[in-house]
Formats: sequence, structure tokens, C-alpha cells
Amino acid sequence: MVKIITEYGGLLLTAMGRTLLLALLGLFFACIIGLIFGMLSVLKNRVCNVIAQVFVDVIRGVPMIVLAFFIYFGMPYLFNTIIGGFNIILSALQAGTICLALNCGAYMSEIIRAGIQSVDVGQMEAARSLGLSYFVSMRKVVLPQAIRTMIPSIINQFIITLKDTSILSVIGFPELVNTAKNVQANTFMAFQTWAIVGVMYLIVITILSRSAKMVERRLNVGR
Amino acid sequence: MGADRGKVKIRVKNLKKSFGDLEVLKDISTDVTEGEVVVVIGPSGSGKSTLLRCLNRLEEVSGGSVEIDGVDITAKKVNINKVRENIGMVFQHFNLFQNLNVIDNMTLAPAQLKKCTPEEAKKRAMEMLSRVGLVEKAESFPSQLSGGQKQRVAIARALCMQPGIMLFDEPTSALDPEMVGEVLQVMKALASDGMTMVIVTHEMGFAREVSDRVLFMDGGYIVEEGTPDELLLHPKEPRTIDFLNKVL
Repeated sequence: MVKIITEYGGLLLTAMGRTLLLALLGLFFACIIGLIFGMLSVLKNRVCNVIAQVFVDVIRGVPMIVLAFFIYFGMPYLFNTIIGGFNIILSALQAGTICLALNCGAYMSEIIRAGIQSVDVGQMEAARSLGLSYFVSMRKVVLPQAIRTMIPSIINQFIITLKDTSILSVIGFPELVNTAKNVQANTFMAFQTWAIVGVMYLIVITILSRSAKMVERRLNVGR
Repeated sequence: MGADRGKVKIRVKNLKKSFGDLEVLKDISTDVTEGEVVVVIGPSGSGKSTLLRCLNRLEEVSGGSVEIDGVDITAKKVNINKVRENIGMVFQHFNLFQNLNVIDNMTLAPAQLKKCTPEEAKKRAMEMLSRVGLVEKAESFPSQLSGGQKQRVAIARALCMQPGIMLFDEPTSALDPEMVGEVLQVMKALASDGMTMVIVTHEMGFAREVSDRVLFMDGGYIVEEGTPDELLLHPKEPRTIDFLNKVL
């Protein structure tokens, strides 16, 4: 155990840093994707609703590992070989970010849709009756109220996404699990390696969920 | 009834509204002139609230037209947001913005719509609050107000846009009995200032005292209309008589 920490500690910490980088990038784009598709699903427009529904159904219906292989190997093959004329090479980080963003974005859009729909329609009607546009009413009145109810689910989704980065070890991104596999192969100390990795995830996620609780409490002031 | 009979503020012509197969408004025509206070009564499901909500197009109409100051607001090219700036609406459940305090509730729309500077908006909001007697609640959140106070703020919020017309959708129906008076008093003051008002209510006493005209609706039609004395004391239609017997 001590040997792993002293010899491979730095390597594992760097890998944890990459895990966090990947998670942050994925979450950032997931929030944008989630907001766009969440809004599409609450607009009073059949076409928009269907687009959002199809997106969510497709992403939810495909395991993330399949999505990862599809984006990393499948998409370049489609453009470079089947269609031809392209020369697309995705790095593992790019493919991983896209994969996480799509996956988490689909769940985020459902969270955002549910959050918006949990706000009494009277709030939107009152804002519209004063002459405010749909989007201003949404931004100033409905979304601020929706976010409060969404926060616990969003935090939950953040944690799931952070853990899902480990799946992306399959496309060779050197995040924590992938790096730990190498450490195990070098040292043959399977128990110690995976125990350390488990504790590392545990610490980061505990810090994340504790600080999220604080944000939640702060937001509930004045309610 | 010192209303200035002349300029038509609201003209409803052959208005129809359906929700799916359910025809809620069948053929409604009526005019509201400037300064007139019109009360709409009728059994639940008669289409009163739907009629009111068609007047600022919170409901899209299915047929006929609604003219506000001579402009048909059911036309597709009309900027409905501009129209609504001139029509205040007060809801049964107040619908104060839960995420904003009283003063921000009142200044949000005027400030967003660049009706005036934020300072002017705040100044006017404070004036309106003093009119409804709630200056000390300016910094409170809606959850800290009683029902009557919420509704008075809601009225003041609508007035901050300086509308030419005010619509009231059962403004006292969700209130505890002891709070009804304070809200009606604010509405009474508004009526005597010459505001054009359309009010859906079950307060018959208020209707008699304040309104210029009462409409009785049932089954998607205006069954009978007249002055409060005519309609409430000497109704002619059997359905009106039946309804009034039940509520009075």
C-alpha cells in the first residue's frame, strides 16, 4: 500500500485531475445541452417536443459504453471511410467529452423539464399578462423558481457523471481507472490499488456532495 | 355610474372558444366603454374566466374577435405583449412571483419593458403600495404576506404598468372571509378613479354597489345583462333567477 502511494501517488493524482477535467468539460456542455432540450420539451410546439423526446429516448436507450465506442470509433469511420472526404480524428478527451455531454445532457434535460413544469403555470401567466415576453418570463420568473427544485437532482446527476468518466477508460483516456489498471499491472497489487482508487473517488464525491448541500441551503434562504 | 359613456375600450364580437371538443364560449358579443365597471357572474363552468382570459389572449380564441381600443388583438400580426402592457390582470390565486420580494414583483415588468428608469419604477411602485396601504411590506417576500395582502400587492403590481383596463378573475375567491373587504375596498377606489374594469366575481354586494353593468353567463352564452338593480333585483330569465336564488 505504502509502496503504491509513494511510487504511483503522483501518477494517480494526475489521473484524478484528468478525471475531474473530463467530468467538468462533460458537465459544462451537458448543462447547455440539457437547457436547450429541456426548453424544447416545455415549449408549446409539437415539433420541438418531439425533437427533445427523441433525443432523450435515444441517449437513454443506449448504454454509455456503446455511445463511447460509437463516437470514438464509429463517427470518424462514418465520415472518413463510408462518406469519405473527411479526415476526422477525435482525441479520447474530445470523444469522452462529447459522450459525457450527450449522456448527462439527456438526463439534465429531463431534470430541467420536470423543474420547469413544477412551477405553477400562474407564475408564467402573471408575467405574460404584464406584457413580458415568453423568454423574459422564463428567465426572470420561472427558471429561478425551477432551479431551486432542480438542485438536488442536478447534484445527483453531477455525481453520476463524475463516476461515469470511469467508463471512458475503454476508449483509452488516461483517467483514474485506466491509470490504475496500469498500476495494477506493474505492481500486481490488485487489492491495494483498487482500494486506493476507491477511496480517492469517495473523497472527491463526498466533498462535492457536501459543498452542494451548502449551496442548496444558501439558495433556500428567503423561501 | 358616472362613467363617461362614449369611447369603446373593449369590443367582443361573436367570440367563440373551444378546448378540444368542449365548447366553452359559444357566441359572446358585448362592448365595454371607457370607465365602465362590468361584473360577470354565473355558475362555475359557464365560461366567465375563459371570457376574461380571452380579453388579453391568455387563451387563444377559436372564433370571432376581441378589439381593444379599436385594434383586433386576435389578429396574428398583433404584438400581444404590447397589448398586454395596457391591460392589467388580477388572478384568483394572486400569482405573485415567489422568487421576488414585493417591490421587485412590482418593478420587474416596468423595468424590463423600459417603461421608465429603475428609480422611477421603484418610486411609482412605492406610490402604488401606499395606495393599497402596504408600504411597510415593500421588502417582504410573497410567502410572508396574508392572502389579502398578496392580492393588494397583485393589484398594485398590475397598476405599476399604468394600464387603461383592469381584468379581475375572481379576485376574492381564494381569500379568508375577513380579508375580502380590504381587497374590495382597493377595487372600489380604483373604480371611482374611473378605471375601466371587467370583474368576474361571486360578490353580489360588491357588484350592486360598484358596477355599472352586470353580465350573467351560463353555458357559454351571455344569458342576460343589465344594470345591477335590473339584473340582481329584477332578473327576467329563468336561468338567472334560478342562479340568483342559489347564491343569494
